Amino acid sequence: MQAHENVKKWFKAARVEDFPKNGGACVKYRDKQIAVFNFTRRGEWFACQNMCPHKKEMALARGMIGESKGEPKVACPFHKKAFSLCSGENINGEEEPVTTYPVKVEDGYVYIGLTTD
Amino acid sequence: MKISDRKEIVVVGNGMVGYKFCEKLVAKQGNEAFNITVFGEEPRPAYDRVQLSSYFAGADEDDLQMAPEEWYEEKGIALYTGELAVDLDRKHKTVTSQKGRTVTYDTLILATGSSAFVPPIDGVDKDGVFVYRTIEDLEAITKYAAGASKAAVIGGGLLGLEAAKSAMDLGLKTSVIEFAPRLMPRQLDEIGAGALKTALEGLDLEILLNKNTTLIGGNGTPEYLDFADGGHLEADMVIISAGIRPRDELAKKAGLEVGERGGIIVDDQLQTSDSDIYAIGESALHRGMIYGLVAPGYEMADVVVENLTGGEEKFTEFDMSTKLKLVGVDVASFGDAFGESEENSKKVIIDNKAKGVYKRINVSDDGDRLLGGMLVGDADDYNMLLQIAQNGFSLPPDPVDLIIGDRDEESGGGQKVYEFPDNSIICSCESVTKGEICDVIEEEGKEDIDSIKSCTNAGTGCSGCVPMLDDLLTQSMEARGREVRKVICEHFDYTRQELFDIIKVKEIHTFDELLDEVGQGDGCEKCKPAVASLLASAFNEHVLEERDTIQDTNDRFLANIQRGGTYSVIPRVPGGEITPDKLITIGELAKKYGLYTKITGGQRINMMGARVDQLPDIWEDLIEAGFESGHAYGKALRTVKSCVGSTWCRYGLHESVSFAIRIEERYRGLRAPHKLKGGVSGCVRECAEAQAKDFGIIATEEGWNLFVCGNGGTNPQHAKLLATDLDEETLIKYLDRFLMFYIKTAEHLNRTSTWLNKMEGGLGYLKKVVVEDSLGIGEELEIEMQQLINVYSCEWKEVVNNPELRERFTHFVNSDDVDPSVKFKDYREQPVPAPAGWKEKG
Ligand code: SRM
Ligand SMILES: Cc1cc2nc3c(=O)[nH]c(=O)nc-3n(C[C@H](O)[C@H](O)[C@H](O)COP(=O)(O)OP(=O)(O)OC[C@H]3O[C@@H](n4cnc5c(N)ncnc54)[C@H](O)[C@@H]3O)c2cc1C
Ligand code: SF4
Ligand code: FES
Repeated sequence: MQAHENVKKWFKAARVEDFPKNGGACVKYRDKQIAVFNFTRRGEWFACQNMCPHKKEMALARGMIGESKGEPKVACPFHKKAFSLCSGENINGEEEPVTTYPVKVEDGYVYIGLTTD
Repeated sequence: MKISDRKEIVVVGNGMVGYKFCEKLVAKQGNEAFNITVFGEEPRPAYDRVQLSSYFAGADEDDLQMAPEEWYEEKGIALYTGELAVDLDRKHKTVTSQKGRTVTYDTLILATGSSAFVPPIDGVDKDGVFVYRTIEDLEAITKYAAGASKAAVIGGGLLGLEAAKSAMDLGLKTSVIEFAPRLMPRQLDEIGAGALKTALEGLDLEILLNKNTTLIGGNGTPEYLDFADGGHLEADMVIISAGIRPRDELAKKAGLEVGERGGIIVDDQLQTSDSDIYAIGESALHRGMIYGLVAPGYEMADVVVENLTGGEEKFTEFDMSTKLKLVGVDVASFGDAFGESEENSKKVIIDNKAKGVYKRINVSDDGDRLLGGMLVGDADDYNMLLQIAQNGFSLPPDPVDLIIGDRDEESGGGQKVYEFPDNSIICSCESVTKGEICDVIEEEGKEDIDSIKSCTNAGTGCSGCVPMLDDLLTQSMEARGREVRKVICEHFDYTRQELFDIIKVKEIHTFDELLDEVGQGDGCEKCKPAVASLLASAFNEHVLEERDTIQDTNDRFLANIQRGGTYSVIPRVPGGEITPDKLITIGELAKKYGLYTKITGGQRINMMGARVDQLPDIWEDLIEAGFESGHAYGKALRTVKSCVGSTWCRYGLHESVSFAIRIEERYRGLRAPHKLKGGVSGCVRECAEAQAKDFGIIATEEGWNLFVCGNGGTNPQHAKLLATDLDEETLIKYLDRFLMFYIKTAEHLNRTSTWLNKMEGGLGYLKKVVVEDSLGIGEELEIEMQQLINVYSCEWKEVVNNPELRERFTHFVNSDDVDPSVKFKDYREQPVPAPAGWKEKG
């Protein structure tokens, strides 16, 4: 995940309760699609690009989140390529990494940190 | 060692064997003693050419790669891809690439492989004529095929047939043209080749034998082929697969000895006529022979590595056993396939024309040893026979028993891999013996297939031996009195069966509770769906309440995800019976939502291309019209296929449709370790294909026969007869027991056939449990089943009526926009997903 310091703009995405527990949902920001995950079990939030680098499907938000040796990850629903939610690296293959975004929650709203405005 | 003392090793050719040489050398010596430089002509690092055709099945470059570029870096290997070595100066011991790079060698390895042989036919230089050897070839073929309709493949050998299958998979009508009077002349005899021909023709592949192509005609691109016998064939794409030619041009230019028909001549050490230069793989000519397979190439790499690192090894002859992959018909040949290696060898043949199976084995004169053989139509025995031939195992008194198949079914037995001698080769691609594998299991304590693969390299080539590895692991553990526990993943140290009991006994209803009680960490994509399925089998509660996010995507959105991210909608049509009104509803709905419709292989109708936000609306309309979920997305009961039965059919003995509907309605929504399918046929003509199902019911004069544990799919298996002449009530009782026993004891994602195959005691045992109730659990199983049936309700109906669940079916949480990347194009008057980059006309 990128550090909060680099954030130029916090985009107010949606209310906390719009996101399923221990799962993800897709947020639209201009013409970007960003997958946001509410990892309730860890009490953490994560975000990454919605497009899976494998077959370019807009799908990661519908993927299953989990953890492997302590590392939080999301597995694409199409062919189960898994990406670290911290570094974006493809854990079980050699796909390109995905872009990850910082997330913060304030007053019941979920914000995504963007480094460009 | 000082850098200057290091030996300079240069490898020309970064194909499968060139790569394997590097891998073996650094594994043996680290990167201390040598500097390795590799030239590869192709634009990318070595990839698995053997699996090349899987490129069409969706594998991409990365899936095929032998090792990524970083691997070479890590090992200190200088890899120059996209650089053809053009000059070899033996006097100064240098190699120069076409980019002008010159490197000096102490030892040179030529692993230049071979190229496809293109016969000098008029017109071979046309656009639209291809060979089949590299990723680039396949890319070009795919692109060209989009605008073509009929392919001709010149060459009916191993590779030609593989290419032909790929052309068919690309949607082209395909013909294979063979010069010889039969297919695969090097592997099969006349009867075997005949059986293969019949089978391939059954798959709609045209086979033309005795054809000498003289012209590929057409204006710029192919339009037709002419043959020497005056024959003529229309085709707008041509693939040539007429054999291989070793790449010896560099060697020849440098004055190394080469064979008359090509190939760099090597001795048993694989040294060329220059003792500092070795040749390995498909470019090497050893004792007059070019080995066109990967396993002997790997063996050659091994021999050279041994010799360079102080050992002494020789390459002698090598077994040419092969199994043809992908074509849809099993074909294999092993050892001395034609029985030519010994005088008076005897052949034993099964020629079952009705089933399209031909098996031939050659046995030594005294009947003691298996020399080799060939299998067409059913190659299940290949691994076993190969082991017997290679290890000289003694044969049964009547060798025909080796190939009869389906022997010993009641006991589930067969010869055990664990009892093979230690030096028997299990993985022939990587030459790994049974002893080496058992060492890793027994000495190093590796108890899962992945570790065994990475420790020994076994199973990493053609992967044909993986089932044997699995057996070996299980049998080795059993032999040591160890329980074989297939734990689910790093988060639960339990088997599926153990977790099922825990869930029921402790009445655990959510994933997090279970994780807190008996697991660790936060779960993953392996354990979450497995637990979701267990919770569903245990309580049959709604799969989305509290557990939507632990379901595989198909269960989470109650529909199958498809290319482009849309979903399919398949309502239940019990027994395949549907009223005209319901047909009209489906037609109208498909029009309303712009969906593609297709009759499925399971006797119902699929509406495809629904966006996630449309799903609840479509289902609302469907439910209104009296439909319910078909569970086409779940590891659950799918369809119970039926034939029309005695109501209409002149042969029908009983009403198969009514019985199928009754059964489908009984078990609808039942969640299981894998999907479940059934079939009911009204007589032995078996039009419902019940014997290809997890449970199949066939009418007899007296009642119904019950078959179990069959399936189609990847590894088809016929169902086995469990009980005969049952009345409907008894049959349902047995079925309750059978299904519940399966649900409670199978591993996650094992179909009933796999479950039975692994069951100690096999069918005999299953019969005892289900029919004779030998464990005394019959009634308990029936009660558990009844409980699940009692709480069934249509899960789509609940979603449609539950605003909170319904809200989850959107693409964006912060916008009502639909996914802009979803695009369709028109195709035979219906919408289908448009490929990436596709633009609307106008
Ligand atoms: C729609 C359909 C093809 C068709 O157009 O006819 C189909 C489509 C899919 N099949 Fe199938 N199968 C369909 C009938 C079959 C049949 C024929 C049959 O049921 O009589 C078989 C072989 C019989 C069998 O299962 O024993 C079949 C064997 C498979 C398999 C291999 C199973 C195996 O044990 O080897 C898979 C993969 C799996 O389940 O893991 C599979 C998986 C799939 C999936 C779900 C793959 C996926 O996850 O995306 C496909 C979903 C497409 C979609 O978007 O809906 N499909 N599939 C058929 C739906 C039947 C229905 O009404 O529900
Ligand atoms: C479609 C297909 C399916 C197959 N299926 C099977 C199978 O099921 N079982 C089996 O055992 N075998 C199979 N084979 C054969 C197997 O792929 C080969 O035996 C194996 O690849 C040989 O390895 P190699 O390294 O000797 O040659 P290659 O893999 O051909 O590698 C040689 C490399 O050297 C490069 N090269 C050549 N000259 C130079 C030069 N002067 N400078 C730099 N680089 C050079 C070439 O471009 C090439 O990349 C199949 C082959 C194909 C094409
Ligand atoms: S429908 Fe079945 S057979 Fe056809 S491509 Fe999909 S999974 Fe394969
Ligand atoms: S598209 Fe994501 S894994 Fe294939």
